[in-house]
Order: sequence, then structure tokens, then C-alpha cells
Amino acid sequence: MSTETAEKTVEKAKSEALLSKRRKRIISDPLDDDNPITVQVLGICSALAVTAKLEPTFVMAIAVMFVIVFSNLIISVLRNAIPQRIRIIVQLGVVASLVIVVDQVLKAYLYDVSKVVGVYVGLIITNCIIMGRLEAFAMGNKPYDSILDGFGSAFGYAWVILIVAFFRELLGSGSLFNFKVFEAIGWNNFPTNGLMTSPVGAFLVIGIVIWVQRWRNGYVEHS
Amino acid sequence: MDLINLGIKSIFIENMVFAYFLGMCSYLAVSKKVPTASGLGLAVIFVLTITVPVNWLIFDLILKEGALTWLSEDFAAIDLSFLQFIMFIAVIASIVQLVEMTIEKFSPALYGSLGIFLPLIAVNCAILGSSLFMVPREYNLTEATVFGFSSGIGWYLAIVALAAIREKLKYSDVPPPLKGLGITFIITGLMGIAFMSFMGISI
Repeated sequence: MSTETAEKTVEKAKSEALLSKRRKRIISDPLDDDNPITVQVLGICSALAVTAKLEPTFVMAIAVMFVIVFSNLIISVLRNAIPQRIRIIVQLGVVASLVIVVDQVLKAYLYDVSKVVGVYVGLIITNCIIMGRLEAFAMGNKPYDSILDGFGSAFGYAWVILIVAFFRELLGSGSLFNFKVFEAIGWNNFPTNGLMTSPVGAFLVIGIVIWVQRWRNGYVEHS
Repeated sequence: MDLINLGIKSIFIENMVFAYFLGMCSYLAVSKKVPTASGLGLAVIFVLTITVPVNWLIFDLILKEGALTWLSEDFAAIDLSFLQFIMFIAVIASIVQLVEMTIEKFSPALYGSLGIFLPLIAVNCAILGSSLFMVPREYNLTEATVFGFSSGIGWYLAIVALAAIREKLKYSDVPPPLKGLGITFIITGLMGIAFMSFMGISI
């Protein structure tokens, strides 16, 4: 991964359209072919932990997007000033400060959600997607490209966790965004599945999402 | 007796992997062979047993509301607990570095087997997660140590069991798109069902 990004810096032209073909690829790759969760296997902890309901999942996706875009930007601006040997600590410091900001904002404005999301906001620090993007992309690319890369990875992360949350909330609690779907269409005794709200449901749903996604894009893992 | 209870609870009932999804990245990535999985598991136990009590001391003596009164009475109103994320991760990263250097110096054999895993551990969510769980649960120092140690054991059990299953799985006929990650998730889910049967046990 790091060699690939190094090449990109070299081949870059002097002036480039704001959304050139290459830049569009930076955003679109992580959505499907290079998805952070289903292909690169990064950031699984938070992906599973918050997905019992759609609302916290949505908040989590926004929080991760904020942290990944800004940390990519900051690290990319600082990339020539960071000594190689201590770069992990510097990256962790930047990410941790951004996460503190997110946590304080959530506690101030969305207290109920912040109770549910709880320690998993803190665990954004060790979310491997963020460390992975900083290490593989932001350390070797210009700020604007890094922001685009941040958005791409964050969207790739967001759609997977939203799908998982959709099925878990629909089948586990019979609702979407706390709106009772089945009662609204007149199915009053919809049998909710307790397994879906428990951790086990998360593992099974994400396994099936990965199956469908890899079946679609033809990616096969060789062990 | 309470400590044994807490230990069993953290190993089986509130297992780091099956109940809280912590440390999943390395759990999925390093579980292809039993010896490497067990090496990483041991390193996690080791680091958790050290970092949780150290972070407890930091939280209790520096960050907690009114914790700084031992310096001066004027600090009684200061609440630094919002700094816990950055403090905990700094402590973990530096302890991992320290442990790595100490092991390299005194036990080259142990370094040979654990060494490559230690840098991975600084960004393992199980480590940071345990420190963050310890805060709202209001453990005392002994309980925090037992909690760290037994959470590590629980994680070790989970990764070694998964690695053993995956070694056998090589010989099974899995549909190609499900190979690797997909089937691993489903197996983890099934293992989670097995661990759910421990729920409600207390001694």
C-alpha cells in the first residue's frame, strides 16, 4: 500500500483539475473495490459495537468522518516536519485530540446518543482505518488529496455500518431510527429476533454483507 | 471471593471479543496459525496487566475531579477527566515501548517470540478499551489489576480458539466469496453463541 501511494506523488502533474479522474478514484475506490471494512479488514471493533440501532450508527459514522478528514489534513500538512521514528506517537496525539473534541461535542449536544456510544467514541483513536490512512496516504500526499481520501474511506466505512445497522434494528427491534415500521404497516405482533440485538447478530450480519459484496465484485481471498 | 468472581466474569461472560468487539483487527488478522495467535495473546495479557493499573493510578491521582488535592487545596474544583483519551493512549504507547526495550535487554528468547507483536499492541482496541471500561465501573486498584489480567486471558482464549478452528477450516469447502474474512465472522458469531451460555454464572 505504501509503495503505491509513493508512486502517486511522483507522477502528479503540476496543476490538476479540482476533481480530476485520479482524484475521483481516490474517493470512489474505498466505496467498493478497496472498502476499508469488507476488503481491508480495518476498523471492525466500532463497526460492530454501535450498530444495534441506526441512530448511534449514524452519529458514529459522522464522528469517524470528522476525525479521519481532519487528521488526514493535519498529518498531511505536517508530514515533512514529523520525524520518522516518532510518527506513530504524533499521529496518535493528533487523532486523540480530535476524538476529545468529538466526545465533548457529543456530550454537550447529543447526550442520549453519547450514553449509548459510550467508550466506543474513545476507541476511534485505535480505529485502524484512521491509523491506516494516515500511515499509507497522508504521510506521502498533499493536503487536498488527503482530504478527498479521508472522505472516500469514511463513506466506505459509513455505508457498510449503516447497512449492518439497518438489518440489525429492523429485525432485532422491528424499527428504523426508533420508528416502529411494522406497527405502521399494521403488523402488530412482528416477532423480533433477540439474537440480532446481541453481539452475535452483528457478526452474522457483517459476515453475510461481506459475502454478498465479495460475490458482486469478485474479490476472493487466497489463504 | 469477589475478585475471583470478577475474574471469571471478565474472562467468560464479558469477554472482550464476544461481548464488546474489542481488538477485532488483530483478532482477525493474526489468527491464521495457533503459535502466532498464542504469541500475540500472551503479549496482550502481559500489556493489559500492566497498563490497566497504571492508567487507574493516573486517573485516580491526576485526572479525576478533585484528584489533585494532594498537591494543593486550591485544585479541588479541577476536573481533567476529558483528557483521559489522550493520557491513556500516551501511557499505553510508552509502556509498550518500555516493555519492548526491557524484554529485548533481559530476555532475547522471549523477545524473539513476543517482540514482533508488541508494536501492534499499541493500537489494539482491547488495551485502550479495558482502560476506558475501568473508569465508569469504579474499580479499586486490586480490582483494576484483576480486571486487566482476566480480560487479557479472555482475549487469549478467543484468539487461540479461533486460530485452531481456522487451521482445520483450510480443508473445508467454503464458497469462494465467503473465504477468509466472511467465514471468520460467521465462526466468531457461532463462538459468541457458545460463550453466551456462560451468562448469569456467578460463584
